Amino acid sequence: MVEIWNSWWFQNTLVGLLVVSGIAVVLRLRRREYWRLAYREVCRRRGAVICFFVLCLYTLVALIDSVGWRDALRDENGELMRDPRTGKVVYDRGGSALDHLLKGISSKKEKTYSSPMSRESFMLESVNRDGKVLRERPPLKHPGAHLLGTDRIGQDVFCQALKSIRTGMVIGILTTLLAVPFALLLGVASGYYGGLVDDILQYICSVLSSIPTVLFIASFMLIFGRGLPQLCLAMGIASWTGLYRLLRGETLRLREEEFVQAAVAMGVPSWRVLLRHIVPNVMHLVLITAVLRFSSEVLAEAALTYLGIGVGSDTISWGTMINDARTELTRDPIIWWKLCTAFAFMLGLVLPANIFGDAVRDALDPRLRTQ
Amino acid sequence: MLAYIVRRILYVIPTLLGVNVLVFVLFFLVNSPDDMARQALGEKNSDPVQVERWKEAHGYDVPLFWNGNASGIGRVTKTVFFTKSLSMMWGDFGKSDMTHESIGDEIVRRALPSLCVTAPIFLATLLINVFLAMLVATARGSVTDRVTQFACVVFMSISTLIYIIAGQYFFAKLLRWTPVSGYLPGLDCWKFLALPILVGVISSLGSGIRLYRTLFLEEINKDYVRTARAKGLPEWQILFLHVLKNAMIPILTNVPLQLLMLMMGNMMLENFFSIPGLGGYTITALNAQDFAIVRSMVFLGSFLYVVGLLLTDICYSLVDPRIRLG
Repeated sequence: MVEIWNSWWFQNTLVGLLVVSGIAVVLRLRRREYWRLAYREVCRRRGAVICFFVLCLYTLVALIDSVGWRDALRDENGELMRDPRTGKVVYDRGGSALDHLLKGISSKKEKTYSSPMSRESFMLESVNRDGKVLRERPPLKHPGAHLLGTDRIGQDVFCQALKSIRTGMVIGILTTLLAVPFALLLGVASGYYGGLVDDILQYICSVLSSIPTVLFIASFMLIFGRGLPQLCLAMGIASWTGLYRLLRGETLRLREEEFVQAAVAMGVPSWRVLLRHIVPNVMHLVLITAVLRFSSEVLAEAALTYLGIGVGSDTISWGTMINDARTELTRDPIIWWKLCTAFAFMLGLVLPANIFGDAVRDALDPRLRTQ
Repeated sequence: MLAYIVRRILYVIPTLLGVNVLVFVLFFLVNSPDDMARQALGEKNSDPVQVERWKEAHGYDVPLFWNGNASGIGRVTKTVFFTKSLSMMWGDFGKSDMTHESIGDEIVRRALPSLCVTAPIFLATLLINVFLAMLVATARGSVTDRVTQFACVVFMSISTLIYIIAGQYFFAKLLRWTPVSGYLPGLDCWKFLALPILVGVISSLGSGIRLYRTLFLEEINKDYVRTARAKGLPEWQILFLHVLKNAMIPILTNVPLQLLMLMMGNMMLENFFSIPGLGGYTITALNAQDFAIVRSMVFLGSFLYVVGLLLTDICYSLVDPRIRLG
């Protein structure tokens, strides 16, 4: 599973599919008056629009970081290197397009810590000058090149923070994409058909939701190993029950509405009633839940990673950055830049997501509006 | 009323059984006892003989579901499912895979430190949130309200990790008011508990105030409030005597569930502040890959949740007759 996940073509196809389906959904929704109204309602709030642009910026970085990119290897004369047997061009190990763009900064490695924009190393070193041993800060190999400093092994902190964006966005989006279809299908079926289907689904739901979320994710990660796909799956399974309950209740209400009753009386098959009359009328709840939950999932990732049940330490994320930075605060003088960078980048995603989420909720569901 | 309670209690058993089976599937079918033995022994010394010996020493050497070698009722009881999973239903958690200590004893020992952290946080949060939300609700629509709302969103958007790290840095390292971490049994523990409690309260302020504010505002639009206003009652009396009482129903009926869940401790706080509670116990077990402890904690958590939910439902039905009659 992990090999496929990491493979180059799979990533690019997935990214392409996501972008295309995202655009398709937006184009479809634009045709409906209800969604156009909601769109205008959101646009009336200046704060929400600004937040939307910030979110777009983050998404753009995450997308660039998700596109696979392989450079052809060149020899010292600048000629393309070819496999001697097959004659094919040889590529490097590959990374993302963002890796390619950041190569200029990320390749400038230092020996160890250096503070933001500094010209000399942060650590004192013994230097032998004119026979006397002096303790001083040696100059950096790349003075002033590190906008936010470097970490313990001399890597650029700014690059790490940019790379973490993808991890956070993947967690927020993929978890939702995993949980929503489940919740939608089961919730609508449960509410509409009732009877035995409803009983069984409700039982499964109550069993799953009675396990505390953190403990469920923890045991899932313990069994299946740490990693980004596993974490998304575990959080997806743990989080569909809330939306399921919401949708079941709403479907129970809609089932008794006149337009549904009329459709049933006219002999419309039940799957068509569900698709045409029920699902479009619960979509606003799905969207509200998805948008509002996004931020809490990004926050949860950091906490879980710190607890040792999130993504592994080989995946760059804000959680691993904060985890690394924790020991740096106990030093004297303290090393603050890694923690502050991770904090600022995280806040930069979560705060706009929260504000935008509130705006979307108010626009889509006036009943839930906070007065 | 009695029929409702009996029905509700009977529903607890299948739910717990479901949790038990789910835990069994995760911990014994997906990850077989052989895998567990190999993970515990390490790659180097996991030849079949040692795996068998490890399984025998930890009681995993019997079949999973059906023991054909035993006789009578032993066919069912001498199985991994019965001795390791089903036994948790009557409180027999067995021994740790790593240290061989009784998990049940450890749970009893660690529940109190956990409660010492979580219970004050719960109480303080409830009081502060309700009070502040009330103040915000009286000023609804004003600039103060909007500023508070925005502050709440900002508070919510900050990771708990940051609150803890910042708290430890300012109060323990810079100001030296409290120790950085640690715990002492007995009354001296307040020194160590002050900081975790403070951090816990602050980190839940944002979402708490928002939640209670919405609850209060829902009540404020109801008819009885309009009647009270029409009678000419002052606004503060309406809010603190009438609205508060009604809005507290969903909050207070939730208390039994919250109280039981408090016992599970707070993993994050206990881990950061080295408090020997149940949350810290779970994290240590997770990092040591001690499956027996993790299994027990998952089941214990579910058990407390299900029982808490039962109590909450009963409380609710006592307060609100529409529930039990509906």
